[in-house]
Amino acid sequence: MIFSLAVYSAPHSSQASDTAYRFAEALLAEGHSLYRVFFYQDGVHNSSNLLTIAQDEADIPSRWQHLSNTHQVDLVVCIAAALKRGILNQEEADRYEKPAHNLRQGFALSGLGQLVDAALASDRLITFGS
Amino acid sequence: MRKKILFISRHAPYGSSIAKEALDAVLTMAAYEQDLSLLFMDDGVFQLLQNQQSHEIAQKNFAAMLPILPLYEVENIFVHLESLQARGITENELLLDSVQVLDSHAVSVLLAQQDQLLSF
Repeated sequence: MIFSLAVYSAPHSSQASDTAYRFAEALLAEGHSLYRVFFYQDGVHNSSNLLTIAQDEADIPSRWQHLSNTHQVDLVVCIAAALKRGILNQEEADRYEKPAHNLRQGFALSGLGQLVDAALASDRLITFGS
Repeated sequence: MRKKILFISRHAPYGSSIAKEALDAVLTMAAYEQDLSLLFMDDGVFQLLQNQQSHEIAQKNFAAMLPILPLYEVENIFVHLESLQARGITENELLLDSVQVLDSHAVSVLLAQQDQLLSF
């Protein structure tokens, strides 16, 4: 079965993105495919490479990145939600003349159309958070 | 192939950005010509109240944004009866004439008909 996940909550302030990650691992282990993980609302904070996690706590963003590297999972971050929460890639930082960019490797900024596409292309779209 | 897709909006219009970002997602989906529906339940029913004065808190006004839904051909708009009743809201206080009131049983039927649910 083809799954996509929608993540709407920030890591470390809510359990939701950790649960989403565990769900992603479980469905891949069961032999299903994961078409896309779409990060929207406060979920965009999962894609910051500036999150600094205590050593004895789970580093959820790096787990997402690992998932992308090992399973070629498409990690898409809503660009409108990301920009207003201070998550930018180099292109957007240049466009808006901001002093830095912080989108983690493995994540891509794109539009809400990618959430729609995930809903249409997947057998199941599972929402986590909010 | 068209899919039956239901958005469920469960949060108040102000106090968090959830309702606004849900509406953005609905309007994006509307461009894809699917069999699209929108259900307001829980605190989401507050979005439908007339006479919202959000300029007082420097926010965009939901009462001005929701009437554009039919222009985007989002015509299947529902509101959950028990959520209205629990908050003391009557049907004649709602700002969309086209909104259909569904009780919990009818909502469960609506949910079961969908290919995808997007919950906000």
